[in-house]
Amino acid sequence: MTHRPYTPWLFLAPGLAICSLFVIFPFLNMIVLAFTDASALGGGTFTGVDNFVRMAQDPRFWAAARNSLLYMAGVVPPLVLLPLLVAVLAQKVVPGIGVFRTAFFTPVIASTVVVGLIWTWLLDSRGLVNSVVEALGGDRVPFLTDSGLLLVSSMVVTVWRGLGYYMVIYLAALANVPKDLHEAAMVDGAGPVRRFWSVTVPSLRPTMVLVAALSAVNGFRVFSEIYLLSGGTGGPGGASTTLVMLIQSTGRGLTGEVGYASALSVVLFVVLLGLLLVTLKLNRREDQL
Amino acid sequence: MKRSHVLLGLRYLGLLAILAISVGPFLWQFATSIKGPGEDVFVPDFIPDDPTFANYAAVADVVPVWSFALNSLGVASVNVVTNCLGAAMAGYALARLRFRGRRFAAVVFASSILVPFEAIMISLFLVMRGFGLTNTLTAVVLPGAVAALNVLLLRNAFLALPAEVEEAAVIDGANAWQRFTRLALPSVKGTLVVVALFSFMFSWDDFLWPLIVLSDQEKYTLTIGLAYLQGTFVQNQRLVAAGTIIAVVPLVLLFLLLQKHFFRGVGEGAIKG
Repeated sequence: MTHRPYTPWLFLAPGLAICSLFVIFPFLNMIVLAFTDASALGGGTFTGVDNFVRMAQDPRFWAAARNSLLYMAGVVPPLVLLPLLVAVLAQKVVPGIGVFRTAFFTPVIASTVVVGLIWTWLLDSRGLVNSVVEALGGDRVPFLTDSGLLLVSSMVVTVWRGLGYYMVIYLAALANVPKDLHEAAMVDGAGPVRRFWSVTVPSLRPTMVLVAALSAVNGFRVFSEIYLLSGGTGGPGGASTTLVMLIQSTGRGLTGEVGYASALSVVLFVVLLGLLLVTLKLNRREDQL
Repeated sequence: MKRSHVLLGLRYLGLLAILAISVGPFLWQFATSIKGPGEDVFVPDFIPDDPTFANYAAVADVVPVWSFALNSLGVASVNVVTNCLGAAMAGYALARLRFRGRRFAAVVFASSILVPFEAIMISLFLVMRGFGLTNTLTAVVLPGAVAALNVLLLRNAFLALPAEVEEAAVIDGANAWQRFTRLALPSVKGTLVVVALFSFMFSWDDFLWPLIVLSDQEKYTLTIGLAYLQGTFVQNQRLVAAGTIIAVVPLVLLFLLLQKHFFRGVGEGAIKG
């Protein structure tokens, strides 16, 4: 192909500029800042590993890290299994299936904030869910005002929204499961439940690993759901704050402790990168099988 | 035969149950939004006695919800254009042009994908302040204006095109830009639609970054505007509900319009990956 030597760089210029200025540079700067006592007003001197020592002694950090980990552990299993069941139901082309699939996808289309506000209203102390609980003879449940229940409620919202999203991924994978496997199993007299476990699940293992990885990364990064359900407070006494919420509340505003927030960001990055590497390794092992 | 009827019935039963779970909360929100001031919103009643759209007008009186929506629409539209164009240009160079430094460029994009936004947001805020852009919609758009993931998506799409057509165009004297706009771009329409849709949805959905970088109410995008609305008017759920419905409707319409491309595009990506 013939072109002037600088032509490719003209093509690349906008993309390279955006990625280096607003991704790569902030990333490198974050790592430098993590070893300083920089404030929101600028400045900051090199303080070595002080920020990390402080972190190790900071109960807010441990609580936030624990919440993020709990969140991840809580959402991954339901997000791997439930959307798969939905996809198996929605896979067969029956009359009206398009309407069902579109409807299942609506929570993904609606933005996170809308979903958060809708569930805040549903789970309100006098909201629809509690009305039903009361009608059934139970006591009102403090879904949003108890720090443990707030975490669980947020997980429910994440899983609810993930149903449609991961369903699409599973639908695409299900389309690739060879039909003759199912037919052979049917000839052998296997019922639908048996076929699900011995044909569908094994053929979908790589996709399930992918969904587990995606939902784990997104689970550890959780911010919006808890922020919205708690009205921006992170729960009673901030007890449901997650790592991303802690970074946001530490680093922002005129009193922001940029150095410490950067050190927290380094921890977040290392965990997420670790998750990613584990996934890649698992994927490679799946490929070899 | 009978057994398969039972199975089909069970399938529809399951589908209907999931339908109720997915759409029910939206219906409840809509029902709340059309309840009049005289009606108790806490009573679990999906059909209001006296439905009214007054709340939609009222919500615009207390917060400029339409100007929030306009800000979001502007940001999302710009995001679509810059992503489609910028990512296609970069993807084309990576896939179709030979030059020194191509590997370097590819590494920049690949490593950008690995950096989670949440880890750099504080540092990114400092960059924006350095440019004097905090509290502007420009700052909301810039970091995602050309997403590295889209560059790689389009690079793969261009790689999949046969090389012969372009070779012929080279012989006919077409330069790189002409080959890009007249031959390559029209052939990757499917991927472009997916990139456009995802860019729009991502931008319309974005909450954390506008929350950090915007401070004046008049600059608010719809997402932080809604969170603000809830924080301020928590005692009037009718207004909050009307606000959320305003935020949902455009996206659902857009999705219904482009649905075919969407499910097909998602399927393609998954198979290729």
